[in-house]
Amino acid sequence: MKYKLIYTLFILIIVFLIGNSFIIENPYFKITSKDVKLKIPKGFPKPIYTFKKNKLKADIFILGRKLFYDNILSKDNTVSCGSCHQRIAAFAHIDHKLSHGIYAKIGTRNVPALQNLIWKDSYMWDGGVNNLEVQPIHPITNPIEMDETLENVILKLKRDSNYVKLFKKAYKDTLINSERVLKSLAQFTGLMITSNSRYDKYIRKQDTFSITEKNGLTLFRAKCETCHKEPLFTDNSYRNNGIKLDSSLNDFGRGRLTEIEKDYRTFKVPGLRNVERTYPYMHDGRFKNLKEVIDHYSNAASHDLNSDTILKKIGVLTAEEKKELHAFLLTLTDKEFLLDRRFADPNMVQY
Amino acid sequence: MKKIIHSFLYMAILWVAMSFSAKPERNDQPFTILFHHYAGNEILKLDSVNYKNELGQTFTVSKFKYYISNLHFKNAAGKDVFVNESFLINEDEEDSKKIVLKNIPEENYISVDFIIGVDSLHNCSGAQSGALDPINGMFWAWNSGYIFLKLEGKSPFCKTPGNFFEYHIGGYKQPSNCIRKVSLQPGQKSRTVNIKVNVLEILKTPTTIDLEKIPTVNDHRNATTIADNYSNMFELI
Repeated sequence: MKYKLIYTLFILIIVFLIGNSFIIENPYFKITSKDVKLKIPKGFPKPIYTFKKNKLKADIFILGRKLFYDNILSKDNTVSCGSCHQRIAAFAHIDHKLSHGIYAKIGTRNVPALQNLIWKDSYMWDGGVNNLEVQPIHPITNPIEMDETLENVILKLKRDSNYVKLFKKAYKDTLINSERVLKSLAQFTGLMITSNSRYDKYIRKQDTFSITEKNGLTLFRAKCETCHKEPLFTDNSYRNNGIKLDSSLNDFGRGRLTEIEKDYRTFKVPGLRNVERTYPYMHDGRFKNLKEVIDHYSNAASHDLNSDTILKKIGVLTAEEKKELHAFLLTLTDKEFLLDRRFADPNMVQY
Repeated sequence: MKKIIHSFLYMAILWVAMSFSAKPERNDQPFTILFHHYAGNEILKLDSVNYKNELGQTFTVSKFKYYISNLHFKNAAGKDVFVNESFLINEDEEDSKKIVLKNIPEENYISVDFIIGVDSLHNCSGAQSGALDPINGMFWAWNSGYIFLKLEGKSPFCKTPGNFFEYHIGGYKQPSNCIRKVSLQPGQKSRTVNIKVNVLEILKTPTTIDLEKIPTVNDHRNATTIADNYSNMFELI
């Protein structure tokens, strides 16, 4: 009888241990050196951010992933990068016009998607940030976003024994400083590369387009290509895309930084990949869906007086053309990227 | 066979000897640069002492910090030594006012040059540590780049909340480039250079700064004017 009890206890402990190790070793979240190899998609230009001074390593990527999804970066530990940058939306904030911050604060701009970041020469809608690595300082310290200081973030991380272990694994010693925090985040976000949409497969001749989609591509190349340049679907320029000033926001865009007249109310041309998922649209999220966006470009009479002259090239689109453009835009959705397990939140139980 | 082993052995010994001789131990005294902060002819004291600008406006100083980068030592023979590093000098931290450099050969230097600020390369280099760690409060997050100099204080002439004035000067791009070159001629073979840094110059030469009219500078507006002024604040003593 006594032996039976000990035996049962023993079995239970074994089961518990196995179960535990299963959770830790969940293969879905496992990152190996293979997962952090930088592969430049065929036809893409040379990246601007090269990882040369931030050598990719599985344990650094894992640390970056943990930081990205950890509320510890915000002042009251309620908001993480992942709160507003959702994987299902190509790391934009699905169905939210303006970004959310701590204490239920609302920001002034729409959360941009995080994808193909290493091909950007600057970050934020106004291009104020000059390097991928220093970008997170902006949302972390912005009072209407995470309202935290880097100093305090480092302090909180040093007090957390899990982080001390992760930093040791990633960097071989337990030093925790802002450089390491930022470089880890840059490894995680920098590898968010989308290049396997139906459009890409069509270009690579691995997939076919319907006639509507083909016509959409032709139209796109005639009307939109100047600014939304393939294959990244942006020329990294700043433009006034014809939307009128929202006087409740009074957002002067890049002009606020440079105070040069031509920069007033211009915003960075966003890449259009996964555009199906990144709604709502424009820097202030004013358009709910792609139909409203296409209607806007087609309706020159509604455009702002200072809008980019290139918009004239679009002209009035027929209902049929609008449908074709819309169909083409949907081919930019990259399901492999949107479901890439490497970028999933490891705190979520997923089977 | 023996011959081959011997020659290998000989080569090995030679190699070891060479690797030792390749790095001769230099016994040069470290080179020390000391920054002494002044307001006119008085030693600068934070918060407690009233100073006057050229317009007679009184003020106290609560914060004074700045970057010194890219030290460049020139000797008479035209041989140069570069120290491609940034140092953050902060009135509030005694240790920061002393730069101690090893690896500066003991020679007679006719000039010691440096820049006030951080060069453009290091303004775009992403996350950095040490003096350039953004944790030091000298980095702009919304418009990436280092703040080269901070001068803050209080003046009854400033009609701002708390009567504060706040000059945060930075910018590495034209037309608002605030990097300024400084060249000092120490003149004798000394391993220590003492530099007087006069905060009053920031409000004075060549442009007099009116604390009432310009209580804050934190972007390109008036920044280069103040940068032109701070390029004159260094003097050998």
